[in-house]
Amino acid sequence: MPKTKQQTSGSGKLITLLIVAAFMALTIILENTMSPSSLLFTVIKKGAVYSLVAVSMNLLNGFTGLFSLGQAGFMLLGAYTYAIFMIPSDVRDSVYYLFNGSSVHFSFQEMFGAIFGTAGFGGAVSLVLGVLVAIICAGIVAAIFAYLIGLPVLRLKSDYLAIATLGFAEIIRAIFQWDKLGPVTNGANMLKNFPTFADFNIKNASGQIVLRLSAFVPVFLSAVCIFIIVLLINSSYGRAFKAIRDDEIAAEAMGVNLAHHKRLSFCISSFFAGVGGALFAMFTTMVQAKVFTSTMTYEILLIVVIGGIGSVSGSCIASLLYIAASEWWLRFLDNETYINGTRVPLLRSGFRMVVFSVIIMIVVLFFRQGIMGSRELPELLRRRPKKQPAVEEVRTHE
Amino acid sequence: MSNNILSVENITMQFGGVIAVNNLTIEVPEHKIVALIGPNGAGKTTAFNCITGVYEPTNGRVRFLDETIVENHPHGKMKKSYAGENAGLYTHVVSPTPDTITQLGIARTFQNIRLWKSMTVFENVLTAKHMRARQNVFSATFRGNAKEEKRMREETMQLLQEQGLEHHKDDLATSLPYGLQRRLEIARALATNPKLLLLDEPAAGMNPQETQELAQFIREIREKYGLTVFLIEHHMDLVMKISDYIYVIDFGSEIAQGVPKDVQNNQHVIDAYLGVVEDA
Amino acid sequence: MQFFVSQILSGISLGGQYALIAIGYTMVYGILRLINFAHGDVFMCAGVMMVFMSASMPIYASIPLMLVLTVLLGFVIERAAYKPLRTAPRMSVMISAIGVSYLLQNLALYATGGQPQTYPTLPFISNSVTILGAPTHWVTVITPVLVVLLVLALQWLINHTKIGMAMRAVAKDFETSQLMGIKINRVISVTFIIGSFLAAVGSLLYFTNYPTVVPLSGAMPGLKAFVAAVFGGIGSIPGAVIGAFIIGIVETLIKGTSYTVFSDAFTFALLIIILVVKPTGLFGERATDKV
Repeated sequence: MPKTKQQTSGSGKLITLLIVAAFMALTIILENTMSPSSLLFTVIKKGAVYSLVAVSMNLLNGFTGLFSLGQAGFMLLGAYTYAIFMIPSDVRDSVYYLFNGSSVHFSFQEMFGAIFGTAGFGGAVSLVLGVLVAIICAGIVAAIFAYLIGLPVLRLKSDYLAIATLGFAEIIRAIFQWDKLGPVTNGANMLKNFPTFADFNIKNASGQIVLRLSAFVPVFLSAVCIFIIVLLINSSYGRAFKAIRDDEIAAEAMGVNLAHHKRLSFCISSFFAGVGGALFAMFTTMVQAKVFTSTMTYEILLIVVIGGIGSVSGSCIASLLYIAASEWWLRFLDNETYINGTRVPLLRSGFRMVVFSVIIMIVVLFFRQGIMGSRELPELLRRRPKKQPAVEEVRTHE
Repeated sequence: MSNNILSVENITMQFGGVIAVNNLTIEVPEHKIVALIGPNGAGKTTAFNCITGVYEPTNGRVRFLDETIVENHPHGKMKKSYAGENAGLYTHVVSPTPDTITQLGIARTFQNIRLWKSMTVFENVLTAKHMRARQNVFSATFRGNAKEEKRMREETMQLLQEQGLEHHKDDLATSLPYGLQRRLEIARALATNPKLLLLDEPAAGMNPQETQELAQFIREIREKYGLTVFLIEHHMDLVMKISDYIYVIDFGSEIAQGVPKDVQNNQHVIDAYLGVVEDA
Repeated sequence: MQFFVSQILSGISLGGQYALIAIGYTMVYGILRLINFAHGDVFMCAGVMMVFMSASMPIYASIPLMLVLTVLLGFVIERAAYKPLRTAPRMSVMISAIGVSYLLQNLALYATGGQPQTYPTLPFISNSVTILGAPTHWVTVITPVLVVLLVLALQWLINHTKIGMAMRAVAKDFETSQLMGIKINRVISVTFIIGSFLAAVGSLLYFTNYPTVVPLSGAMPGLKAFVAAVFGGIGSIPGAVIGAFIIGIVETLIKGTSYTVFSDAFTFALLIIILVVKPTGLFGERATDKV
């Protein structure tokens, strides 16, 4: 019998949606019952942000077959765009004190604040709208840069494309650290004081937090973005992307305009990397160009590989595992530990990352398919059909 | 208005110092089956690649439905090193990408099957419909093209049924037996709604019985879809049986042309093929 | 004038150091079609090893030991991380290389405890010398000479020995060479050994000029050396060397202006320009896909 690819069935999709919804509900419940400083929430927030960035990279590397290493650069663009448009004007002078204030004199939140008010419900509306508009701008800026970068580099093949996009990310990083752009980017210094996830915690009149949403917000935003990417992948365009990945020459011969579709995939991927960058800025509460190095791109690439190249759910699961392992579960490896007075050998600062990278190498070498291969969660969750009686292979053209 | 759907005029393709196709002129009348034959390495596939935009010919012109779709003349670096004929005959450069040519209505298959290997049979055909779909990336993502998508799926299903592939629709394309993979490639090409179908060695690797069936099949689809077929083939059996007209090339140049019976008895052709034992 | 001379001199010297790394990239790419992302980190590890060994033994003992250990490291990396993936898609091997790079950086971080390490002062080459009125160190003068000598030796090895012939054959056609009975794995190992050895020599010279070693020390020089290799035409050793000298000199000149922040960016801008204008580099060979 020929190998049959499992079709995603309705029930599997439903279960997946339920899992995501349950995860979000659980996030809200846990954050309001557990100690909010628990590392769990760091993992959830960062994991959500990295999920989005990993999925956006997967769209390009896994589904379109374009091996790009520019993700950190597009995150940088998104993060800066978000920060520049969201720092409240009264603190701008203190943030940009080295450049005698910023050349941008407004923030989206204040623009909406002027319409809806700044206190109470109106304040919440202007915060949400301001953040959303800023996030979308972050994505658009990243996508515009992707378009421009794509014009020359998307013609390049596999590893040349990788190194060229890596180079572009480095160039962008240098430009954002340039003194001359200081009034906009604050040079090599950090941008801070913009709204973060913590601002979404709902407070009562006396300033006490009544409902914590700081972990829910990133999960929700990432989930929405990832959902859109999944819709794209399952659309006619998604199929065209996969055709390019499988066989570029055949795709072109079947009428898929390579330049157009590659550019499309590159821009969309960068859009969501930019959104991811904005979320990352909210997570770290500050933005500084030196953070967005090629090491960051490598990290995201490794997440994609661990999850399975070509699997969206794999990227999400891998992000959470990766962040949980590096930020939380393996922490003990960094602390000198004494058992019965004897020091446990090797354990000291830095050992965590050594163990971690060894695990990654094991995955890369021995579990090349990653966690999910190219399958998705719904395929695993669907009810297995009862084994049908083996049909004799019929020569159909008789 | 001629009745030629495709005319290849004085096409020359030169790679460095090697002339792979030399001054080739071919006319494909509408609704006919025309074959291009020749020994291994004669330049058949290169000619195909010039027509479909994979290669930019060094000199010459290709017209499809009386419009120039490909044209080139030796220029740039080639100007000096050009060793072919008719150097001054053409002056324009028309060099579209292969997808543009497919858009115009020329679809092709490949000598070494190029199916999309991670996709099912159904998806392979469905994806070929992408080009003709009225949609943009937003409407497709947010399902604003539901009607269009439904139509594409129905047409795909119909096509699979007509090709007898419907039982395999959820199989991975590459898991099909060889003969069916060839058939799927043809189905995929048909999905682009072509007027002209280019088949690159459709019978390669087939046994005599399968070749027999293929001949029947090619005639059928020509009738059903009102196609013109231009094919490259090695199997003399197949070519002699189905072709209305045959061009023979060797070392890039035409050595004979005519209806099957004439070509069969042409001394040049016999010479060119001497020592080449056909196993079919 | 004096400033200019000293700029050019240190540019040539930096270029020579990049060249030694770039050869490793270009040879590996020529044979395996792999961007060995870990190569820059092998270079960094050579620096870290030298720091630790010089603390416990005399320089004259630690230099040869460091060379041997670096070569061993390169050899082990190839055997452990690339050889198992010989039949895997190219992307898998590249990801493995990125993984190795990550591992080496984290190992160095663990070993150094995150503290920048001061590179030992090497006798003679650290001494000062004045050339055309510009004060500099001997290393600046020695580097280009050493590079030229090593490249000539390497060219002789490639063109006049049996293993060199095998290397050229493998670079030309991997599968056919294998069928012709060339021991592919041996050729690849030798390539990595040569590459690592040159990177180790490069680290001696580089860290004498920039005497601080941190886990990320290898990342940037590594990338730049790769750019040099692409610039010169990947697979071509003279190309890589010329590319490296150009990049080293221009980078040093930029660092002398007020655009210091762009000294790294320039390299990548150059990379993109060359890839777009002449993807095969200065001396590269053209490869075409068959349809």
